[in-house]
Amino acid sequence: MPHDIENHSHSLLPSEPELKVKAIESALVNQGLIDPAALDEIIDTYQNKIGPKNGASIIAKAWIDQDFKDELMSNTMAVLEKYGFYGRQGEHIRVVENTPEVHNIVVCTLCSCYPWPLLGIPPTWYKSDEYRSRVVREPRKCLSEFGVKLPENTNIRVWDSTAEIRYLVLPMLPDAFKGFSEQELVGIVSRDAMIGTGLIGPAK
Amino acid sequence: MTRVHDMGGRYGDGKINPDLGKEDVFKAKWHARALAVTLASGSLKKWNLDMSRHARECLPPKEYATFSYYEKWISALANLLVEKGVINSDKFLNSVINDHPLSKRKLKAADVSEVLGKGAPTSRKIERAPRFIVGQNVKTKRAENSFISGGHTRLPRYAEKSEGIIEIWHGAHVFPDTHAHNLGEQPEHLYTVSFLSSELWQNPENPGDTVCVDIWESYLEPFDD
Repeated sequence: MPHDIENHSHSLLPSEPELKVKAIESALVNQGLIDPAALDEIIDTYQNKIGPKNGASIIAKAWIDQDFKDELMSNTMAVLEKYGFYGRQGEHIRVVENTPEVHNIVVCTLCSCYPWPLLGIPPTWYKSDEYRSRVVREPRKCLSEFGVKLPENTNIRVWDSTAEIRYLVLPMLPDAFKGFSEQELVGIVSRDAMIGTGLIGPAK
Repeated sequence: MTRVHDMGGRYGDGKINPDLGKEDVFKAKWHARALAVTLASGSLKKWNLDMSRHARECLPPKEYATFSYYEKWISALANLLVEKGVINSDKFLNSVINDHPLSKRKLKAADVSEVLGKGAPTSRKIERAPRFIVGQNVKTKRAENSFISGGHTRLPRYAEKSEGIIEIWHGAHVFPDTHAHNLGEQPEHLYTVSFLSSELWQNPENPGDTVCVDIWESYLEPFDD
């Protein structure tokens, strides 16, 4: 039985996406199926409450506290739940650690899977055809477009999030930052470093 | 054959446009609305995550390639709402206020934080022991749904019929190939399999690089050197 969808009902709606979403929202609201106040609440959650600061706080703690890091690597979900970083698109998270030998990069070639509770909603480039198609085949060329160059003897490991496991990269902390406080370290962890398309910058 | 969304390894796409963390979470107001309407509609429980992914994948290639990200979401949502019988297609343009039988499932503002915070874990306990162990050599089968021609599957085409090594065993997880098509969860053991770039690509950038893919047990067969 071939599964090709005959129904392309969306083409009955206005083609302008802003009007299309408005038409769907109105139809659902009018029939009592969605509550506009719930929509505002969802938007507020991802606009203001959940974002890369969550992931950065975990990374900074892992850098300064070896026991915490060991627990994070071996018992990831228990640690994240304790800090409240659990929820939709973050039910099964693994942390992968960068070393001088291996640099990790995360992608979802099939759609846009991303660890929402730790990093928020993914940026446009993460969801783009350019990133999804190329990073598994030419990761070094892709990294160069982010201004990142790795040593020749570092191997790259690209994690394609094809199931419900979500990956967070634990970046390397350059020596220049040793001795910084946890709070100072939170400020230097970029979102891209936790995806693997960035490195931790030099200390000023 | 696979579908248009399965683009890993494809040639012809241009340069990435990094935002270096500066982009707004939602670049336009309607993007935020599109995300929220899609998530809230999920609470009606007429479809699951695998069905909504498949609905996006089933957009015709010409639309998939030209639609923006959230345009794909809302177009697939409109198709799903009609396909699953939630809305009659004429109601979109001529909606009337009535008591919809699903309205009792409506997501309330007060429940949003609990619903998002609870998530929807896909791990399941099963009796069957895992067929493979960490370190074992395996080979992937063809990247096609084996129940339904053109159906949903999560093995990317670039990793089909390729030899790799089991890196991680994740326990059993809901099987998307059945779950997307009303054939039940049928949980299977899930593994991370690593592939050398030289196994996947004719001219790898660096033969020591690897790609790790999360792969359900029935996508794999044992492989001995």
